[in-house]
Amino acid sequence: MELFSDYTLRVVALGSGVLGAAAGALGSFAYLRRQSLVGDALSHAALPGIAVAFLLTGSKAPLTIMLGAALAGWLATLAVGLVVRRSRVPYDSALGMSLAVFFGIGLVLLTVIQKRPDAAQAGLESFLFGQAASLLREDVVAMSALGAACLLLLGLLWKEFKLLSFDSEFASSLGRSVGRLDGLFTLLLVIAVVIGLRTVGVVLMSAMVVAPAAAARQLTDRLAPMVALATAIGVFSGVTGAVLSSLIPRLPTGPTIVLVLSSVVAISLVFAPRRGLLWRWISLGRLAPSAALDPVLMHLYALAQQHPGEPDHGHGIAVLRTMSPAGVDLDQVLENLRSRGLVERVDEGLWAPTAIGRREAERHLASQNEAAS
Amino acid sequence: MARESSPALEVEDLTVAYSEQPVLWDIDLVVPTGDTMAIVGPNGAGKSTLIKAAMGLIPAVAGEVRVFGRPFAKGRGEIAYVPQRASLEWDFPTDVLDVVTMGTYGSLGWFRRPGAGERDRARAALEEVAMGAFERRPIAQLSGGQQQRVLLARALVQQAPILMLDEPFQGVDAPTERAIVAVLDRLSDEGKTVVVVHHDLQTVPEYFDSVLLLNVRAIDAGPVAEVFTEENLRLTFGGRVGVLAQIAAAESGG
Amino acid sequence: MTAELEILVIAMVTAVAAALPGAYLVLRRTAMVSDAISHAILPGIVVAFFLTEDLNSPLLLIAAAATGVLTVVLIEALIRSRLIPEDASIGIVFPALFSIGVILISRAASDVHLDTDSVLLGELAFAPFHRLTVVGVDLGPAALWSMGTILVLNVGLILLAWKELKLATVDSSLAALLGFQPVVVHYGLMTMVSVTAVGAFDAVGSILVVALMIAPPATAYLLAERLAPMVVVAAVVAAAGAALGWAFALALDVSIAGSIAAASGLLFVAAFLVAPRRGLLAQARRRQGQRLDFAVRMLVVHLFHHEGTPEASEECRVAGLHRHLGWSESWTRRVVGKAAELELVERNGEQVLPTADGRRLADDAVIGFGA
Repeated sequence: MELFSDYTLRVVALGSGVLGAAAGALGSFAYLRRQSLVGDALSHAALPGIAVAFLLTGSKAPLTIMLGAALAGWLATLAVGLVVRRSRVPYDSALGMSLAVFFGIGLVLLTVIQKRPDAAQAGLESFLFGQAASLLREDVVAMSALGAACLLLLGLLWKEFKLLSFDSEFASSLGRSVGRLDGLFTLLLVIAVVIGLRTVGVVLMSAMVVAPAAAARQLTDRLAPMVALATAIGVFSGVTGAVLSSLIPRLPTGPTIVLVLSSVVAISLVFAPRRGLLWRWISLGRLAPSAALDPVLMHLYALAQQHPGEPDHGHGIAVLRTMSPAGVDLDQVLENLRSRGLVERVDEGLWAPTAIGRREAERHLASQNEAAS
Repeated sequence: MARESSPALEVEDLTVAYSEQPVLWDIDLVVPTGDTMAIVGPNGAGKSTLIKAAMGLIPAVAGEVRVFGRPFAKGRGEIAYVPQRASLEWDFPTDVLDVVTMGTYGSLGWFRRPGAGERDRARAALEEVAMGAFERRPIAQLSGGQQQRVLLARALVQQAPILMLDEPFQGVDAPTERAIVAVLDRLSDEGKTVVVVHHDLQTVPEYFDSVLLLNVRAIDAGPVAEVFTEENLRLTFGGRVGVLAQIAAAESGG
Repeated sequence: MTAELEILVIAMVTAVAAALPGAYLVLRRTAMVSDAISHAILPGIVVAFFLTEDLNSPLLLIAAAATGVLTVVLIEALIRSRLIPEDASIGIVFPALFSIGVILISRAASDVHLDTDSVLLGELAFAPFHRLTVVGVDLGPAALWSMGTILVLNVGLILLAWKELKLATVDSSLAALLGFQPVVVHYGLMTMVSVTAVGAFDAVGSILVVALMIAPPATAYLLAERLAPMVVVAAVVAAAGAALGWAFALALDVSIAGSIAAASGLLFVAAFLVAPRRGLLAQARRRQGQRLDFAVRMLVVHLFHHEGTPEASEECRVAGLHRHLGWSESWTRRVVGKAAELELVERNGEQVLPTADGRRLADDAVIGFGA
């Protein structure tokens, strides 16, 4: 394709692809560990690091900048950990605070740099908003090297990271140092984020880490395929975004990549086999929660009330059948309720309302009481 | 060898506290080799904490644990741990066989991958808990009892001489309970040592050789017949024991 | 008022206006939603701007509020589908919306005074130059009027819905049972956040709204024990951070908004370290004092426990004690000394034995048992 004979496009597409791969792969584990927003925090927190790196070395070489960014990001995660461990400030607040405060410090430093005679800080600002078009060959080389290193380490430590994400206590009991593994994982994530800053900018980095994993999770139930898919989706979105943005005038690269990614997520949410929304709609006949609350849920709730303190105490279909009018297909109703997160199967043939289901039932009761009074 | 003559597990003066609030006080415990012991006590008595502290999963303020006479740091490979299933994120994308294979990671070291040999061992463990047919089942689709059996299989695969289980019978169905008891019996026949945090007083005399009555301090420990008395139960549960304990006490000749 | 003073007032008003809804976000553990909303409102603002061509039009506020609520609706739709966990849902929705906004800006107008820089960063220094003139009368900086109005609205709403907000934050199922409509409260709060965010972005930019919504309330969370004091302290700390940042920025001629965010962070660090009950220093002091008391109790229980047992003679000697309890020799001696001082133990040659008082203490400490 003559598209790819364009040097700039080649460079940008390659850089975006590398970013997509690293972010997709490492993002899968962040996603599973419920650390999806760490990417967002890391990318914002990187700013002061970039500024300091420039102030100290006067150089805007990609490796120098990335090192500064990585160190700042690393410091931010340490700060978050410290605050959460030693005070009652919740994790999300600690994350948001370090994100915004570090970024603010970065802004102050940027204005300091701005006033210097060699005001070449225009290059630095491209980190904020992403200016993929300004990527140079040397940038992409650095990115690719780091990206490859990340993926290699991920592959070598695959089972350790899998264990860490699924059951860190068990990992501890086997003698693995959970603290060190966690630190290593964070380091790899920091590198992946830092690789992408120049291309998509600070704000959109969050999506690069989260979205490929989210899309991939809908399509498979096994870890290796999920990570592979996430990597592929990341690469695909990166390259497609780069190509589209070069074809269509005044379409900035970063946002385009993110929109491609979001479309992939949306498509997989709707069309994924077995988990997808379309599938649910076809097989269960319903998509969104209906206005009237299902009587079967109310029956289960009533039964559960007779066993306070035992949320896992299930009741069998036979019991529900006696409480429901004839002709109701209980299996289908229960499956529908389960897909809506309102009930769960606690064991073979035994069902109980989930916490969400209990709340819905209570809400329904409350509104009924209000209507009656 | 020191090993044969030493009890499987010795806990001495174990104390665990959260910001100066004691959760476990000065626990002394000896678990003879080949014993199947239950740990019972009211909620908040520190039962799970005892197992976790003994495994080094949470820090202890004082105390020492010895495994077959050796310090815990050297002997940790001899213990297999089955955590409470509620403490895990079951929506993880993986299948039953993979989870059980995780039990082999300890023997594999850092960079080696599990191979056919490891997977065969995992399959054998799954057969033991009657989950052989569920190899490829995604764990998100398992019921509570099935989850418990998978965790047990993961511990069995480690082929350790000591097993510590945290509330394995909590909220499981009858077939699972039977499967777990069958495994405990077999382990006992093989001379393995098993320590179980147990919540159901009624089944203590039936399933276990000895029992530790725990309520922040060790109230008493020893063979069920001697120790599982109404008096001790009252001391442990603070008078809230009721009918169940009376049955238990009667059964053990209290 | 000089331009500098006007900037100071605008900054303080903005900070307080942001801290108020922020307090509830922090308590409800949804702090990152402020990050999401402050970015995701961009497309709404852009569309409204295209329609009105006026940066100060109230339509912008309405559009932003609507987009903010839309953001939350989308996030929750994702969560309810049970396909994507909560944190990931946030991380997917807001970048997508923000991207739409950036693309709209790039595609539609390059002559517009709305560029990504000012959206993300804002510049307080320019605020005094946009004046609000009504029938030819200069009423002051427009930003002061808009943020001031928002502040008043926020205060008013919080006072009016005080009970509902409190209950819905602390126990939403109880709130539902009592008919307090936690859902309405929830969306009301999100609207407040959106309106505040758009009002503030002109002055401080979207990312720093996040700092103002989280840092002062988090600081207050370490200083106050009840809700009302916490909200008040959050407002005070927010204003203080704004003033500090302003002074610093003016002195060194750097970014005002960045300085305010940094100052807010600094105040948090200060509270983290020296808050009277919850600060690190206070914790350390408490621990020091408690360590000795706790150790004395441990010692007495240990002695009581081993009294009369065959190992007693071994366990209860000073020399053996430090080994069994895992303490250093000097610490053991200090603890034994303190225990003896409190007459909980007595020395009998090499042995240390509990006194009657000591035995009672040990017994009370936990459930006792017969020897």
